[in-house]
Amino acid sequence: MKRLVLFVPLILFMVLGAFLYKGLFLNPKAMPSALEGQPMPEFKLLTVKQGDRVVTKSDLKGDYYLLNVWATWCGGCKVEHPYLLDIARSGVPIYGVNYKDSLENASQWLQSYKDPYQFSVFDVNGELGLNLGVYGAPETFVVDHKGIIRLRYAGIVDTNAWRVKLKPLIDQIKREIAQEKTS
Amino acid sequence: MIPELGSFALMVGLAFAICLSIIPLVGVSTNNLTLVRYAKPLTFGMFLFTIISYLMLTVSFVSDDFSVLYVAQNSNSHLPVQYKFAAVFGGHEGSLLLWVLMLTTWASALALSSRNIDEAFVGRVLAILGMIVVGFMLFTLLTSNPFERLLPNVPLEGRDLNPLLQDIGLIVHPPMLYLGWSGFSVAFAFAIAALLCGRMDAAWARWTRPWTLAAWSFLSIGIVLGSWWAYYELGWGGWWFWDPVENASFMPWIIGTALIHALSVTEQRGAFRNWTVLLAITAFSLSLLGTFLVRSGVINSVHSFASDPSRGMFILLLLGIAVIGSLTLFAFRASALSGTSKFELYSKETFILAGNIALVVATATVLLGTLYPLLVDALNMGKISVGPPYYNAVFNPIVALMVVMMGIAPVIRWKKNKAGTFRSELGLVALASIVFGLAFPLLYGGEFIGWVAVGMGLAFWLIVATLKNAKTNITLPQGGFDIKRPTLSYWGMVVSHMGIAVAVIGATMVSHYETQLDIRMDVNSTVELSGYEFAFEGMKDVEGPNFSAKQGQFRVFEDGKEIAFLRPERRIYRVQTMGMTEAGIDSTMSRDLFVALGDPLDNGAWAVRVYVKPYINLLWLAGALVAFGGFMCIADRRYRAKKTSDETQSAATTDAVAATA
Repeated sequence: MKRLVLFVPLILFMVLGAFLYKGLFLNPKAMPSALEGQPMPEFKLLTVKQGDRVVTKSDLKGDYYLLNVWATWCGGCKVEHPYLLDIARSGVPIYGVNYKDSLENASQWLQSYKDPYQFSVFDVNGELGLNLGVYGAPETFVVDHKGIIRLRYAGIVDTNAWRVKLKPLIDQIKREIAQEKTS
Repeated sequence: MIPELGSFALMVGLAFAICLSIIPLVGVSTNNLTLVRYAKPLTFGMFLFTIISYLMLTVSFVSDDFSVLYVAQNSNSHLPVQYKFAAVFGGHEGSLLLWVLMLTTWASALALSSRNIDEAFVGRVLAILGMIVVGFMLFTLLTSNPFERLLPNVPLEGRDLNPLLQDIGLIVHPPMLYLGWSGFSVAFAFAIAALLCGRMDAAWARWTRPWTLAAWSFLSIGIVLGSWWAYYELGWGGWWFWDPVENASFMPWIIGTALIHALSVTEQRGAFRNWTVLLAITAFSLSLLGTFLVRSGVINSVHSFASDPSRGMFILLLLGIAVIGSLTLFAFRASALSGTSKFELYSKETFILAGNIALVVATATVLLGTLYPLLVDALNMGKISVGPPYYNAVFNPIVALMVVMMGIAPVIRWKKNKAGTFRSELGLVALASIVFGLAFPLLYGGEFIGWVAVGMGLAFWLIVATLKNAKTNITLPQGGFDIKRPTLSYWGMVVSHMGIAVAVIGATMVSHYETQLDIRMDVNSTVELSGYEFAFEGMKDVEGPNFSAKQGQFRVFEDGKEIAFLRPERRIYRVQTMGMTEAGIDSTMSRDLFVALGDPLDNGAWAVRVYVKPYINLLWLAGALVAFGGFMCIADRRYRAKKTSDETQSAATTDAVAATA
């Protein structure tokens, strides 16, 4: 019996080792969103540019759109900004969620760096962000024609992310729409 | 030519290491002393060629040889020369080479100073160290050779060293940390050799303990330097973040602390033998685990730059071989070594054992917190991260318990303590500590904070109990004092324990009484924080050797008198175009004034973060005390080679010596 006790450390390590081995094939940076495949959450908030305009989910128009969470305190958002302008220019509607920011800073930002967004929701308390499961800014969501969140992308949307992740998904959504129309 | 020489030297070193891991063991099993005696020259050979290899890499850096891939990735011709030396271990490949260098340094130090240890035993120990070196050298040569060339397209410039690492703290921090980590492999080798030959007596503990103490002291310095660096370089104002990589360095340290105490029991009383061996194996395993976590990228951390499954696989293989091999050996051989030493419940042994268990539990909680995200992910239960609230909740109570025991353990006797001594010697101290703890937050801050009371009370308890015990020990029976009466290792214990008390004070004060402001500052505006007035006088452009910076000019006034001029910077490193903050800090023993720049705002205003951190410098002082105490123990006369001692000293006589000591 006493001899068996001496094997305990060995067994403990073997279990640990199995986990470490499995860990090698996991990517700690990949963050799935619980909301992928779920409908876009409801909200009722003001916009950044028009202080008296209340917007809700039904104001997010388009067959598909990007929802970009941004803030003036976020360095990555500044890097991302020119890419977003390019994407908007290519005809993809982008809505902004100005996350935990001050109205003054946010309007200043949109004035000085140009505005890629159809409009930006002013989410000062982070309510919408909370419902979206936002960890930080920037994050970008792809929402399809049925109002379902198809992808949550955490990090800077640069040319690479656009080409590899977002563009293929948008093309797929376009195909789905075309299919549904013909059938 | 130089890089090829380096690569070649490493291969020759590997050949020496392979011979070292085989020949002495063959000699031991065939009773051939000539073969056993090869161990030392082989160790020196291994060391010599490793250091040649390391020097070759250093030369490649200093001479800006960008045809070497590793140099091109981690250096630049404009990099100041002291950072070129540091850049040698600024990346994955070089840090591995440094690991190997440190390991071979320990091995040759052991070979040099082991004249009073049984020859066959030293042969075994060196052979085991040789095996570890083989593992790491193979890892270096097969998966991460720093000498790989970029031919024929040699870049004209290097990509420069990561700006975070361009700092004095980072020149010293990794070598200290690696000295500590690799030093635990010496304790490990001693433990395995003991299991192999079934010999684990007081003499064994006396040979092992100074090496463990040395590794532990270096690791203490390494950890504190890392913390100091994070404090002033990252600009977040914190000093410990429970980051996985910090934990990776901290876990071997906690287990090492348990180990040096268990070793002292084994040395003086012959007890806890299996336990000591298990701790030695664990300390080394955690060092390897740390290397795995840092280098494989399985865990998200500010430190994990390299993320390469093949490398992770190799370290996991090394870890597996080392740990499974040694734990199997332990399972089969351990009980043969179990001691018969008896002690009563109320004795020094009990308290050291209890302290040991607390340390092991502390390690387990840190390990669980570090690996929990990985476990949950591996079980497909989602992605989570474990933050400071978890660690504070589980770690602080354990530390509190530890400190209570640290006050008692030095006072009570080995084997069996007389009833009532505790009350007569420490009763008053305990009462005073409680009163002091309760009063302190009210007197200092004007309001009662529970953790401050606990922290200050415990620190008071530890300091007074330790000093009281020291006073008893230097009091001569005939009256008067003699500082030389207790051994040097006793004084080492006193200094290290004082270090812990100082750390408790520093951590308590800075966690509860620091003040902070995150504000917008216009030029020529002032803010007031904790009685200090910070005046922002504007920005200056500064050019460094490989960066440009905006430097803020802040004058600090106390009672209308200027006491400091702080110059925090926002740097842009030209090659990596990476922004870095350099905090402006003014230090005195009782407080740090800390200013870091955020982002520029309109009209020349800046977002600024201002801290007043009381007694944070006690933390660095504490690290120095703890490590210094460790070195004092090593210098104790009983660990020094005795010229008169016979080379084949028998276990029985050393046991007798230890028993009388």
